[in-house]
Amino acid sequence: MRRFAIPAAATLIAAGLLALLVFGVAHQGNDNTSIDASVARGDFPPAPQANAALPLLGVQGTQSLAGLRGKVVVVNVFASWCEPCTAEAPILEREQQTLTRQDATVLGVTYQDNSSASEAFVRQQHITYPVIRDVSGSFVRSFGATGVPETFVINRQGRIVALRRYQLDGNWLEQTVRPLLAQSS
Amino acid sequence: MIRTTLRITLLVVLATATLAPPASTAASTATTTHPRASLTDIENDVMCVECRESLAVAQSGQADSERAYIRGLIAQGLTKKQIEQNLVAQYGEAVLGKPPASGLNLTVYILPPAILVAGLIILAVTLPRWRRRTRAASAQDASSTGSKPPLDPADAARLANDLAQFRG
Repeated sequence: MRRFAIPAAATLIAAGLLALLVFGVAHQGNDNTSIDASVARGDFPPAPQANAALPLLGVQGTQSLAGLRGKVVVVNVFASWCEPCTAEAPILEREQQTLTRQDATVLGVTYQDNSSASEAFVRQQHITYPVIRDVSGSFVRSFGATGVPETFVINRQGRIVALRRYQLDGNWLEQTVRPLLAQSS
Repeated sequence: MIRTTLRITLLVVLATATLAPPASTAASTATTTHPRASLTDIENDVMCVECRESLAVAQSGQADSERAYIRGLIAQGLTKKQIEQNLVAQYGEAVLGKPPASGLNLTVYILPPAILVAGLIILAVTLPRWRRRTRAASAQDASSTGSKPPLDPADAARLANDLAQFRG
């Protein structure tokens, strides 16, 4: 019996390490294909982490997607150091001027950025829509986002109906959002 | 008994040496209560969160922004520890080169010394056994060689004769 004690212990340790490796690899990042595939099929998955209340940039308080339920929400993930984000910011701000009159809004989410740089960006781009900070990145990752910029359009029922994993343009935004504005919650 | 005590003492000494922080680290902790922060020093210990590599080698817009932010904190006179805490508040724990010792991250700190200690224990157990077996085998060989039957008188005479002829 004692002969097998050491090999058994070594095997157990090796199996434990292997299990740890598998666990680590399985939890490395999120698979963004499920949301993309669902949207492409027209399944429109519910926005993840809708109840996560993230701190607002530059002001006291928090904001969650659940708090915006009933509105059309354009979630834009950005960072001040990202050039495509700078290019699309005026488009989003222009859209915000229309959205605010139709029970809809853009919701900026700063990611991989420090708050002072984000605040400077908001001032420079004259952004008036609310911006939240995702310091841990868990909210952004739940959308399958891995970088910036990424944009998700959420309908009044809280479902993702369109997404863009790179820089957006005015046409895409208009064609995606306009039909939703006419819908009731 | 003495041998077992010696083995246990050796194991304890080795385990202590493995788990204890290096003397240089302990000394630097003691002497650097208020370390002067430098960008190079901090860059080596933090990550570019976008490119997921050390800030010391990262070349990207995010890395440049992070460096500018650190420079601002250094200019404010913050210590390295304060700057790292500030970076975690801004970028999350992913900004740290070494993950904090909590939760699953503990495995990073516990596993390597644990594996080393386990290896030492296995060696301490198996090495003496192996040496005992080797000694026993060689003793058996020696005794079996010594117990060979002597040549019978006729063969001994023939051997002596042959040797005498060979020597001329």
